[in-house]
Amino acid sequence: MNTLIALIAAAGTYATVLMFGTMGEIITEKSGNLNLGVEGIMYMGGILGLVAANRYEALVGEAASNGFVAIIVAILGAFLAGAVAGLIFSFITVTLRANQNVTGLALATFGTGVAKFIGEVMRNKLGGYVSVSNHLKEAFSLKFMPKFLKDIPVIGPILFNQVHFFYIGIIFAVLLTLFLNKTKAGLYLKAVGESPVTADAAGINITLYKYLATIIGGGVSAIGGMVFTMTTAGCVWIEASLSGIGWLSVALVIFCTWKPMNSLWGSLLFGSLMIMYLWLIVPGFPTEIYKILPYIVTLTVLIITSIRNSKEKQPPASLGVNYFREDR
Amino acid sequence: MSEASRTPLIRLAKRDAMDPRKAMAIRIGSIFLALILGSIPIMLTGANPFKAYGVIVAGSLSKPIYLKQTIKIAIPLLVCSLAIAPCFKMKFWNIGAEGQVTFGAICASYFAIHLGGKVPSPVILLIMAVAAAVGGGLWGFLPGFFKARYNTNETLFTLMMNYIALGIVNWLQGGPWEGRKGTQIVPFFHKSTYLPQIFGVQCGWIIALVLVVIMHIYMTKTKHGYEVAVIGDSLNTARYAGMNVKWIMMRTMILSGAICGIAGFLILAGDNHTINNALSGGVGFTAITVSWLSQLNAFIMIAISALLAIITKGSKTLNQRLGVPSSVADIVSGILLFCMLGCEFFINYRIVFRKKSDKEVNA
Repeated sequence: MNTLIALIAAAGTYATVLMFGTMGEIITEKSGNLNLGVEGIMYMGGILGLVAANRYEALVGEAASNGFVAIIVAILGAFLAGAVAGLIFSFITVTLRANQNVTGLALATFGTGVAKFIGEVMRNKLGGYVSVSNHLKEAFSLKFMPKFLKDIPVIGPILFNQVHFFYIGIIFAVLLTLFLNKTKAGLYLKAVGESPVTADAAGINITLYKYLATIIGGGVSAIGGMVFTMTTAGCVWIEASLSGIGWLSVALVIFCTWKPMNSLWGSLLFGSLMIMYLWLIVPGFPTEIYKILPYIVTLTVLIITSIRNSKEKQPPASLGVNYFREDR
Repeated sequence: MSEASRTPLIRLAKRDAMDPRKAMAIRIGSIFLALILGSIPIMLTGANPFKAYGVIVAGSLSKPIYLKQTIKIAIPLLVCSLAIAPCFKMKFWNIGAEGQVTFGAICASYFAIHLGGKVPSPVILLIMAVAAAVGGGLWGFLPGFFKARYNTNETLFTLMMNYIALGIVNWLQGGPWEGRKGTQIVPFFHKSTYLPQIFGVQCGWIIALVLVVIMHIYMTKTKHGYEVAVIGDSLNTARYAGMNVKWIMMRTMILSGAICGIAGFLILAGDNHTINNALSGGVGFTAITVSWLSQLNAFIMIAISALLAIITKGSKTLNQRLGVPSSVADIVSGILLFCMLGCEFFINYRIVFRKKSDKEVNA
């Protein structure tokens, strides 16, 4: 039991990365755009968040640098990178009407390429490696909750002994759920994803919604990549370690059945599965199998929901299909 | 409000058919645009883009040894692109080529490890090829079955299957098939499992070219190819015509997976000679873009996979000569794909500006 609690608590940071990656993709997919470039987007967020923090520190000097400002700068840097990637995707699929699957895969190639390239160029320029000073590193992985909360049995280590991005993620999930279900813009967005023909007839600007959702969604996913480099990877750029997180986020979107609140526990579960090989060693049971469990679980969810054909657990009806008004 | 003011300033109209020469000019233009955009990251590193592109071309084609390496990269890319074509024709978005390649390679490796050196070379190669095709076919059949039976989203299904196959390789590499304990490396297979070379390159290139012709005939001249095309255009028409849509879907996915499996076999027996998690190296994903950009035409796939292979191989030389990071290959490939995807719009649509005369007529 204690091992399990410790495992889930430790998975929190990994889960935060997935949470942002997933919520970004949920926003995108709600508009009917299936952006398979999340892998590339999270890579770009990962490097640009780090570079932004690093440049900020170089600009004001190590002594004057402030942890809070550095976090904001890193979030903005990552968000911008993801937003640009989302813009490229929207331009090619919405305006130029290219196939979404293919464009997404091209974006995945492009994004990882850009990130690796920037990483290498920065490394050469700065000599050695790109990072930030120790007090900023601490600021990024600070677990700020008071000690008496952390000491509560069971829920203390899981809920209160986490980095601040974890809580930002939870707040964002709540806001996103409210936005999608309670605001006019949110309902319009869902209408665009479910039936663009109807939404268009109702006078909703399809192009605008698709663009905005994809750009904002890309930005949010990219923050996930930034959280990874700044916490799990310890503010150092290790390009191989980010690999696969974007695809896992795409899987998690399915697992959550496109609901932001589900992504909270879903990402904790996936995060636990991803680090379980370090914690739970059963003799004779290969630890590598743990790492494919998230995909098997997702596949099972996908199959079960399609067999049961339950209305509220389906992907947005127009997911992956471009909308041409003239084709009606 | 008058009628004319409601006509938008710019509107789009579908073109009937563009002059093929003009369409070709647009496509070539988009490649040039991509090369210009791609020179931005090259310039950022302080290198001269003209020189850099020169190095890429020279570094992939100028010497027989470079050319051989380029062809080696192009072979699996071409084979996978061919495999994906019938699925995409059917509008079945199989993005699981990566997993089908990997699982095919796993099945072939099983026989290479257990039978290597015990039976004559042609026999073991044949067994491996068949095993790879069966393995890949199985990996393609599963999403095909669920799509046909329960309408399960195939894009997401095939995507998951990629990572399951990769996870199995990771397990085999560090577990049952591991050579020396702790190395995470499967030892090289017995020499009898190596594909023979023709003109100094593994004979996979002949297999690939033969597959190009076969796939072209399959897609354009056979009943199967016709059925696939009808399903892609209109599912209801296909059903109305009495086609067994479910079976055709599964059949096409088995075929596609089997060819991907063959690609896995070619990488394994022609180049890698062992199995590891870098075996497919994204070829299944790149092949999707190749297939789509070729408009599912088997012969154009040769050109586009060659182009991407040149960029991949050439950028390695570029890294050695000018110190430009080899990740520039991914950036240039990405931009190239964006431009080529985007340019189809200008071939399929016409941009019509509001004419003055319209106003007068309607006013």
